[in-house]
Amino acid sequence: MSVSGTSAAGEKRLSGAAPARRPAPAFDAARAREDFPILRQRVHGRPLVYLDNAATTQKPRAVIDAISRYYEEDNANVHRGVHLLSERATRRHDEARKRVARFIGAPDPREVIFVRGTTEAVNLVAQTFGRTRVGAGDEVLVTELEHHSNIVPWQMLCQEKGARLRVVPVTDTGDLDLDALEALLGPRTRLLAVTQVSNALGTVNPLPEIIARAKARGVPVLVDGAQGAPHLGFDAAASGADFYAFSGHKLYGPTGVGVLWGRREHLEAMPPWQGGGDMILSVTFEKTIYNALPHKFEAGTPDIAGAIGLAAAIDYVDGLGLEAIAAHERELLALAVDALEAEEGVRLVGTPRERAGVVSFLVGDVHPHDVGTVLDRHGVAVRAGHHCAQPLMQRLGLAATARASFGLYNTPEDVDALVRGIRAVREMFA
Amino acid sequence: MSELTDLYQEVVLDHGKRPRNYGPLEGATHRAEGLNPLCGDRIAVQARLEDGVVRDVRFEGSGCAISKASASVMTGFAKGRTPAEIDAVFEQFHRLVTEGPGAVDAESLGKLAVFGGVHEYPTRVKCASLPWHALRQALRGGGEAISTE
Repeated sequence: MSVSGTSAAGEKRLSGAAPARRPAPAFDAARAREDFPILRQRVHGRPLVYLDNAATTQKPRAVIDAISRYYEEDNANVHRGVHLLSERATRRHDEARKRVARFIGAPDPREVIFVRGTTEAVNLVAQTFGRTRVGAGDEVLVTELEHHSNIVPWQMLCQEKGARLRVVPVTDTGDLDLDALEALLGPRTRLLAVTQVSNALGTVNPLPEIIARAKARGVPVLVDGAQGAPHLGFDAAASGADFYAFSGHKLYGPTGVGVLWGRREHLEAMPPWQGGGDMILSVTFEKTIYNALPHKFEAGTPDIAGAIGLAAAIDYVDGLGLEAIAAHERELLALAVDALEAEEGVRLVGTPRERAGVVSFLVGDVHPHDVGTVLDRHGVAVRAGHHCAQPLMQRLGLAATARASFGLYNTPEDVDALVRGIRAVREMFA
Repeated sequence: MSELTDLYQEVVLDHGKRPRNYGPLEGATHRAEGLNPLCGDRIAVQARLEDGVVRDVRFEGSGCAISKASASVMTGFAKGRTPAEIDAVFEQFHRLVTEGPGAVDAESLGKLAVFGGVHEYPTRVKCASLPWHALRQALRGGGEAISTE
């Protein structure tokens, strides 16, 4: 399948991005697929159809090579050595930070903090910004769509401070109830933590509207971009958000590295989180002077290779064109939604106004685990379970769903394989 | 390569669809709940113990075909046995679902042998053992929800 042309916004994005590879006029998923060595294999005797991209994406050769090359040619500790390798490693780590800053439209690379992933980013904000801003009787607002990693850190903070965790409900379609949001934004609301895209249902939240409503009440906003970054990207400066968090491994980069972006004035005012090397300017037993941004929040030797791998992943994605990838994924998702809706005995879970990357479904009364096992034996990898969103599952009255999630290398043939697998499920459990 | 039908044998599918001993147990003396945090499945087991013997046992909850079938076959198997006998059988059963039929005396397991295909599916071992954990916890006098983790 091909998608015509890159949009103007995509071109604009690319012009500043020095892409490693010019986007073809039409996005060619089958060709991109060849960049991913892991996808060449067969599983259970069938070609691998990988539809678990919301859990983690596969890695292109360019990312694998960048990590290997770093270890083969440049490996040394950063910010320490006077020797050549350390200078090179430091420079490449700094370049990776600048690359991330360009990707998410951060005005200043010092606002980009490398962390282990989205979970760590949210915990960092909860334990620093949250701890200094939230007191007894205050409120932290999350939504029913959140992943556990954007619930539990806030719950822990609220327990510690005697604050109240409040929840923006979803409608039956899986969209946030914006009227309820309006009503919940009150004088004691100290922060709104909201996801860009639901990992369980694929709902794309109307962030501009949500952020505008929070801002009108002076409430800072943290956006969980774990699912959003790979499908929609983000423009930090234009968004009005205060914090943005995402993971490298859901963006075709390595596991173990992620990003917290925060507005400079917040990051400057926040106390450090973890203590150790790199985050200090000077240490005596009486007093430690903390380092400047971003190092204040990066105690210890960072995941240098991870950051370099993430930058390579961003180069790869921008080279193909995020807009072109997004258009391709939208077409695939529409195809999958139509095919599943037409399939006897299949029920979609969540029918949000706008959707990215994910479709959740049930097959008759077959338990999603059994659906997942049968699909796996047909070469189709999906996720089955509560998707780390138990409160959302509870709201929907379900214990679990099966979830197919798409990436840039998926094709219409993958949707066909999913449908064939689902028919095999129905046959087996008829 | 193992076939799907090794896991989902006819008997397993049948017990998954029409579980025996399903529902509340009147006069239960022991109860516990098994929870699989990976998938959110819950199996609650209730037993009536008299003179050191399980006279009746039933289960309730939500789960996949494997966990429901396992609970169904297990409850049938447990009636008339002592907690010590159940512990001993569980050891064999656990070996069956982790190592396969070659690792155990399949005959001593009777009907439980239908779970011999589970060992080819490591992610499903917890589904098969969940009801057993709940039953053994109940008979030990527990009552707290126990987890497969």
